[in-house]
Amino acid sequence: MTPTAAPLLSVRDATMTFPGRRGRAAPVRAVDGVSFDIAPGETLGLVGESGCGKSTTGRMIVRLLEPTAGSITYDGRDISRLGRRALKPLRRELQMVFQDPHSSLNPRQTVARIIADPLLVQGSSQAEARRRAVELMELVGLIPEHIDRYPHEFSGGQAQRIGIARALATGPRLVVADEPVSALDVSVQAQIVNLMERLRRELGLAYLFIAHDLSVVKRVCDRVAVMYLGRIVEIGAKERVYAAPAHPYTRALLSAVPLPDPAAERARERITLAGDPPSPAAPPPGCTFHPRCPRAQAVCRTEAPLLRITAPGEAREVACHFPGTAA
Amino acid sequence: MADEAPLLSVRDLTVTFRTGRGPVRAVDSLDFSVRRGQTLGIVGESGSGKSVTSMAVMGLHTGAEVTGSITLAGQELTGLAEGELNRLRGRRMAMIFQDPLSSLHPYYTVGEQIAEHHRVHFGSRRAAARRRAVEMLGEVGIPEPARRAGEYPHQFSGGMRQRVMIAMALACEPDLLIADEPTTALDVTVQAQILELIARLQQDRGLAVVMITHDLGVIARVAQEVLVMYGGRAAEQAPVDALFATPAHPYTRGLLDSLPRLDDADDAPLRAIPGSPPSLLTPAPGCAFAPRCPRAAAAAPAERERCARERPGPTTAGGRLVACHLPLHTPAEARKGTP
Repeated sequence: MTPTAAPLLSVRDATMTFPGRRGRAAPVRAVDGVSFDIAPGETLGLVGESGCGKSTTGRMIVRLLEPTAGSITYDGRDISRLGRRALKPLRRELQMVFQDPHSSLNPRQTVARIIADPLLVQGSSQAEARRRAVELMELVGLIPEHIDRYPHEFSGGQAQRIGIARALATGPRLVVADEPVSALDVSVQAQIVNLMERLRRELGLAYLFIAHDLSVVKRVCDRVAVMYLGRIVEIGAKERVYAAPAHPYTRALLSAVPLPDPAAERARERITLAGDPPSPAAPPPGCTFHPRCPRAQAVCRTEAPLLRITAPGEAREVACHFPGTAA
Repeated sequence: MADEAPLLSVRDLTVTFRTGRGPVRAVDSLDFSVRRGQTLGIVGESGSGKSVTSMAVMGLHTGAEVTGSITLAGQELTGLAEGELNRLRGRRMAMIFQDPLSSLHPYYTVGEQIAEHHRVHFGSRRAAARRRAVEMLGEVGIPEPARRAGEYPHQFSGGMRQRVMIAMALACEPDLLIADEPTTALDVTVQAQILELIARLQQDRGLAVVMITHDLGVIARVAQEVLVMYGGRAAEQAPVDALFATPAHPYTRGLLDSLPRLDDADDAPLRAIPGSPPSLLTPAPGCAFAPRCPRAAAAAPAERERCARERPGPTTAGGRLVACHLPLHTPAEARKGTP
């Protein structure tokens, strides 16, 4: 992507704070001031471990959630505070694909109804919506003759194709895919990854591809953002982040992924982090990664590092006081 | 090493469930064995029978018909009375599961649960069992074990709960540990910790480990021997290096090809396997993989017919087993992938 192209989506300091349970516990800042852009036709991968805020970020972008602070600008317009009615026309353009294909499809509705529903909501006629549903089924590799079947009659991979067809029904420009392949069998994941890549090429879609599987994200994305405890700790061109990770957390994350190659596994040097990710209800002061960081110094315990480039012209930003690609 | 008798030996294991829609053969004529200190990886997708196999070995197959032979250190387990199985379970063989929270009792402290386990099997006194629980929590890397022993499962994180499960499983010093997707619910940095912990305990105690997983990366990291299951049967079994370098079964080849890899520079489309894993309710008469198999599809009509009609029996050569009418013979063929 050329850096001069106007972004399709622009997120600035987006923050999502949930009240503590029953008003007693401390509020939870699930997302803490994240900023990033997505260009038209671009795929941004968003990775991180459970509880890091990646799903919450996705839900804010499609405005299933209203951010408690910060802004979300879509196609030049701030949508972060829009109400239900004002959001309705935007729903055509911003769609979502979910992790568990079966639980995100209504078991009492036929495929025709599931795929056509967004079109009916947007004012299409019944006949028009059904005709379009047939087209969409073909587009995502389903057999159109199965249009009157129910979700339970489909395998997991096919059900995810239905979820994708539904997301594409209104012709969106940006699709947020939240762990779209992680509930699928390994042999089926590649089918869905290939499908999403083909659709992106054919339809010029932009994706925010949220996943914990770093190998899948590497395959599909142009740029990648790594989240830890509600913040982006590293973001940039995929080639840079994967080949030369600069944040100690990114380095540890990449080194922890098991490679399907026994010889490479034996030869490999792993950085094993101590401990678990801390709770977002009680984040550590300073850099939130410091309690697990092999490089932490005094400053890390008191000052939160800001995202910045580490060299002129570098296609990647990192939030670390001591970034570096050396061990 | 090869001469040593296996600790666990499974012969012709078949597990059949009675269902409203007729009998379902979840595991069919399976053979495998594990020696002390060795890790056997069992890899498969949903419906492959990998978890049913582990439940059968543990004698936890309620309602299923189990035939064949399962021997642990020479003792036959199939047909044992429940009381005798209870004495072996936990004491000689133990199991850990994907979701530790559902395997731990929410009302008892983790210390009580581990101690209880020890008392049942060794008849140890309360104080001694309690000491053993704290010792085990320390051994699996839980900080401040004496204090944490007094806490309840919900007070532990996912990774710490899996450590508690491992502490409980190993408290009675079993010879065999069956781990069924033990790290699937965990984050990747925590997964690395748990796999390291299992490897260390295995080395210290000479445990035999059966690691059941869908993740070929985990298999590559921990296993010496690998069994690939498909549709309830063994597709292929081989030492880990041979399996990854020169897979003989087209399904194994297909799985390896379809994986996106971190160490891959190539951004060409993934070579996906078409279709989905088979339903056990309607088994194919021939090879379970035939409907998805690129080699069967490219074969001459007579061969293709054979794959569809005739179930391939396992053939063994050079310490490897493959159940396929059209195996990938030469290393070169295996490397370049299926047509």
